[in-house]
Amino acid sequence: MAEVAISIRNVSKSFGSLRVLKEISFDIPKSQVFAFIGPSGAGKSTLVRALNGLEGIDAGEILVEGVSVHDRRTDINRLRTNIGFVSQSFNLYPHLDVLGNVTLAPVHVKRQGQEEARERALAILGSLGLADKARSFPQQLSGGQQQRVAIARAMAMDPHMILFDEPTSALDPELIKEVLDAIRQLASTGMTMVVVTHEMSFAREICERIVFMNQGSVLEITPPQEFFSNPKTERAREFLGKILHH
Amino acid sequence: MNWGVIAQNLPLFLRGALLTLKISLLALVLSIPIGAFAGLCRVSRNRVISFLAACYVEFFRGVPLLVLLMWIFFVLGRILRLGSYWSAIAGLAIFSGAFVAEIVRAGIEAIPKGQMEAARSSGMTYVQAMKLVVLPQALRKVLPPLASQFIILIKDSSLVSVISVVDLTLIGKNLVATTFRSIEVWSFIAVIYFCMTFSLSKFIAFFERQSVRE
Repeated sequence: MAEVAISIRNVSKSFGSLRVLKEISFDIPKSQVFAFIGPSGAGKSTLVRALNGLEGIDAGEILVEGVSVHDRRTDINRLRTNIGFVSQSFNLYPHLDVLGNVTLAPVHVKRQGQEEARERALAILGSLGLADKARSFPQQLSGGQQQRVAIARAMAMDPHMILFDEPTSALDPELIKEVLDAIRQLASTGMTMVVVTHEMSFAREICERIVFMNQGSVLEITPPQEFFSNPKTERAREFLGKILHH
Repeated sequence: MNWGVIAQNLPLFLRGALLTLKISLLALVLSIPIGAFAGLCRVSRNRVISFLAACYVEFFRGVPLLVLLMWIFFVLGRILRLGSYWSAIAGLAIFSGAFVAEIVRAGIEAIPKGQMEAARSSGMTYVQAMKLVVLPQALRKVLPPLASQFIILIKDSSLVSVISVVDLTLIGKNLVATTFRSIEVWSFIAVIYFCMTFSLSKFIAFFERQSVRE
């Protein structure tokens, strides 16, 4: 049995009377890629945001490398240095150039020296094809470049895992590939990853497990080949029918 | 009409205008840390801190400046032996601080929530995220309204004449009392105030165009 990176145990959450997460339990082993898919309103984003404590939970527990995320005694800032997070809207810091974006947390949170952080950042940017953009400002970059910088920013902390919340949803279609390539590259290094996505062929290609969610519940957790050829639940069949043959 | 009264007393007007500028500038400089602190407290997630800051803002926005100046001069000023000059500056600073607090709050709230989330996600504390990510961006948004606040202060500072600070307005009052040339004196004083505020607002507009181009 592989080592567990993230353990989700009986997690529930409501927004007012709306139950967005209903007693969800499963484990994500180390070095695996899990894709959360499902119709909008399924709770995918809420769940992935709960994994690093951006969302609170009402019941249950989430353990990241054995540490309880929502326990008040947990040093959440320290835990988060191990969990990269890339959101739909990039959220690059507009007042800093690309290098500044990538080195800010390593310098101020990990207390790396400027020079060390700079070299590491340049190496990561180079690996993502952004070497010549180090001195550009976010608003000078395309959406695809911005999202790759956001990925570089997450990688610069040397996290043990990276969470992606719909990383390509805000991008023009022709820019999606470069971002998916960057995520693919990361997956090939054995990084533990959670990806909320609507890119089905991408999910099928890179992930070990599809987590299919609907209305706050996890309906199935299946290897992608099985999920796409022979989904277990009626709801998943219906969902796939709608998105694959439109 | 006799405009000679203006020409003869030009140095007096100049002194009054300079004192007006000095009081306004000092009050602005003092109101920035007051307002920045209150504005930061206002956006705090701690409800008690946020409530106290809201009380400060609402109270001083709700009391007329004239009354506040009187109160500070006759009550606080007596106790702390402030004198009219420092009472005037303290009154203007506390009053203006409430408005600066709202400017700062609006500046911080104008920064998208995702910025704070991105910073916190990378392991920064709330204070680090504020200092390194949110405030540097908010500062740019805050500068233009802050400059407008300075213009408002210049105009509001004319009220300090009631606690016998010899600013431009009191110079005018005294001159009218001795020369009875009210039309000439008040017209000229209105023009001086207008020149000060108008040139400032043009300067600010120029400054804003520059920063937009950046």
